[in-house]
Amino acid sequence: MKLTGAEILCESLTKLGVQHIFGYPGGAILPVYDALGKSKLHHILVRHEQGATHMADGYARATGGVGVAMATSGPGATNMVTGIATAMLDSSPVVCITGQVSSKLLGSDAFQEIDITGITMPITKHNVVVSRAEDIARTVREAFIIANSGRPGPVLVDITKDAQQASCEFDWDAAAPKLPQKRVRDNHDQAEFDRAVEMLNTAKRPVILAGRGIILSGAMRAFEQFVRTCNIPVAMTLLGIGCFPASDPMNLGMMGMHGEAWVNHAIQESDLLIAVGMRFDDRVTGDLRTYAKSARKIHIEIDRAEINKNVQVDAALIGDARETLEKLIPHIANPERGPWLAHIKELKGDSAVRDIQSLPDNGHLYAAHVINDLWKETCGEAIVVTDVGQHQMWEAQYYHHNQPRTLITSGGLGTMGFALPAAIGAKFAKPDSEVWVVVGDGGFQMTMCELATIVQEKINIKIAIINNGFLGMVRQWQEFFYDKRYVATPLVAPDFAALANAFGIRGERITSRADVLPTIRSARESSQTVLIDFRVEQEDSVYPMVPAGASLHEMIRRPGTPLVETASEP
Amino acid sequence: MQTLVAYVENKPGVLNRVSSLARRLAINIDSLTVGPTENPEIARMTIVAHTDEKGGHRLEASLEKLVDVLLAENISERALLERDLALIKVLADQQSRPHLMELIKVFRARVVDVAPESLIIEISGTVDKIDGLLEVLRPFGVLEMARSGRISMTRGGDLLRPPEPKPAPPQTLVTR
Repeated sequence: MKLTGAEILCESLTKLGVQHIFGYPGGAILPVYDALGKSKLHHILVRHEQGATHMADGYARATGGVGVAMATSGPGATNMVTGIATAMLDSSPVVCITGQVSSKLLGSDAFQEIDITGITMPITKHNVVVSRAEDIARTVREAFIIANSGRPGPVLVDITKDAQQASCEFDWDAAAPKLPQKRVRDNHDQAEFDRAVEMLNTAKRPVILAGRGIILSGAMRAFEQFVRTCNIPVAMTLLGIGCFPASDPMNLGMMGMHGEAWVNHAIQESDLLIAVGMRFDDRVTGDLRTYAKSARKIHIEIDRAEINKNVQVDAALIGDARETLEKLIPHIANPERGPWLAHIKELKGDSAVRDIQSLPDNGHLYAAHVINDLWKETCGEAIVVTDVGQHQMWEAQYYHHNQPRTLITSGGLGTMGFALPAAIGAKFAKPDSEVWVVVGDGGFQMTMCELATIVQEKINIKIAIINNGFLGMVRQWQEFFYDKRYVATPLVAPDFAALANAFGIRGERITSRADVLPTIRSARESSQTVLIDFRVEQEDSVYPMVPAGASLHEMIRRPGTPLVETASEP
Repeated sequence: MQTLVAYVENKPGVLNRVSSLARRLAINIDSLTVGPTENPEIARMTIVAHTDEKGGHRLEASLEKLVDVLLAENISERALLERDLALIKVLADQQSRPHLMELIKVFRARVVDVAPESLIIEISGTVDKIDGLLEVLRPFGVLEMARSGRISMTRGGDLLRPPEPKPAPPQTLVTR
């Protein structure tokens, strides 16, 4: 059967199980859009190509499948860069398809020509230019394999306009992937494995550091069994949240810069860290020279390049998290951890008193109240998509996730403007799930044009703007480290409720705590998108906080409580 | 200094990916050579990088993550044979020529081009050997020099070969 390259692309995407494409048309991708119109693929017209990549990313994060974004050449492609980098840093399987000028014009600075493969080389797992219709099906199949195998990541396929227009024979079987034949490393090292087992069975004060790798490998059940067998408490990275139920007594909570104090103290006092699918990012370790000094370290990780990158480990088990955990479990002797667990409980008791929810009601509306109420009202079962900044940390602290893929957030790149488009993507992936956007007034203004996408696609998500009139996290740093010189952080915003109305979306504004729950309830009852502008305390800060470069146990704590630290510092 | 050998797909853009990776890791490449292997679809690279053992590991592991890199191996700690080739154009008049010929002999280099005012000397060997010759030639007046960069190979039975291509899948399934 003879098809054009554009038709072959649509056929191939359909055969790969794609249902949704987030994109924006333009000259160099027009043949594909013409073919899209004749296909069964659902194209979601975004308002900015950055939104398309975040939507594809949110789609991928909600399901574990590949998200697809599409754009034209030149500015369409360059607008995708931030979204691609976001997916790269958080290992998210996204395939971006861009149009390119005709192959005979390549290199001539033609209208809307840009070397997008050159631009995205360091921020994609792989990218490729296709200039022949015959290569489209095979290349797209390869892109899907690369994006979602091993450590996932974004792949960009740049297709010249003449390749989209040319016709050739379409034979799916003949277009089988032909990826380069790489050496397969045998990463199993028995001595290393035995050493890890010995460490696990002799540790007195161990802590597990759980990361997103557990979710990516689908290792939740193996991980739970591992935790039960070795009876070791679990600290989570931001992106690891959901890999192990927050309600489980063995789950300590989040670690790192804004981690819970008891978690950071437990890590610093530990004698063994078992890192699973995490990469010792500077936001979770603090000063490396003082990081868990008395602890030996086991690193379970699929990416060899992560081993000993930031933290020197004593045993590296390279491989898929689920397979590695399953291999370890039978070798573990169920040890007695009573005193260690009791000690952590003590640390927790001290910190809980500092919790904002325990503070007397002074009539002010705090973000923590909003998020905690949202958690209670949704029974912790919603998919929450957060942006970057204070609200993101409060969400991680006060919304307790029991299921994987229910917190979607930009961790590694810290991309403001991520939340709204990513939530739209997540909603398409999980149409029956309740999706909440929790976003700051700064980040929301970066991509709020996608409200129009929501209306055009008639989707139902709920948007909670944590509006404090500041770029809050930057303001907090200015308060702590720049003597309260608030340069460029006070932020004028439109009346978000009125703005929502202008888009045809119901908007609410909340200023007092008493109105929080009823408004959340009424928003949930609506079958349409609702935006709620929560006017929260302007100069509240996220506590605890490990200043950048400080040791993990050197946390700035919420002031105004007479408590002194009871934890012993290492 | 770390020495790595990589087998890569012999196609456009791969060199760019490799060098771009080193740049991203803030690793300075001292020398990078690339040439086809006995299989024209596969090229072999020798990369000499200004970094420590940790950086060498990081570069090796990150290189292997590139789709077009079939194999990357840090061979710094192994028994190695390494060679660099240089062409050196040096000023040579009637007076200096005999001295030059003497030096060339000592270094086991060759004269590959003779002109009234200059010579081109070809020398291959370790970096130290070439640097040594260069040092003694300098007073005569070095006009131009081209160096190939290092190529390295592990000695003896320590083989570093590209992955064997898998046999083509059978056209028909044989059932017994």
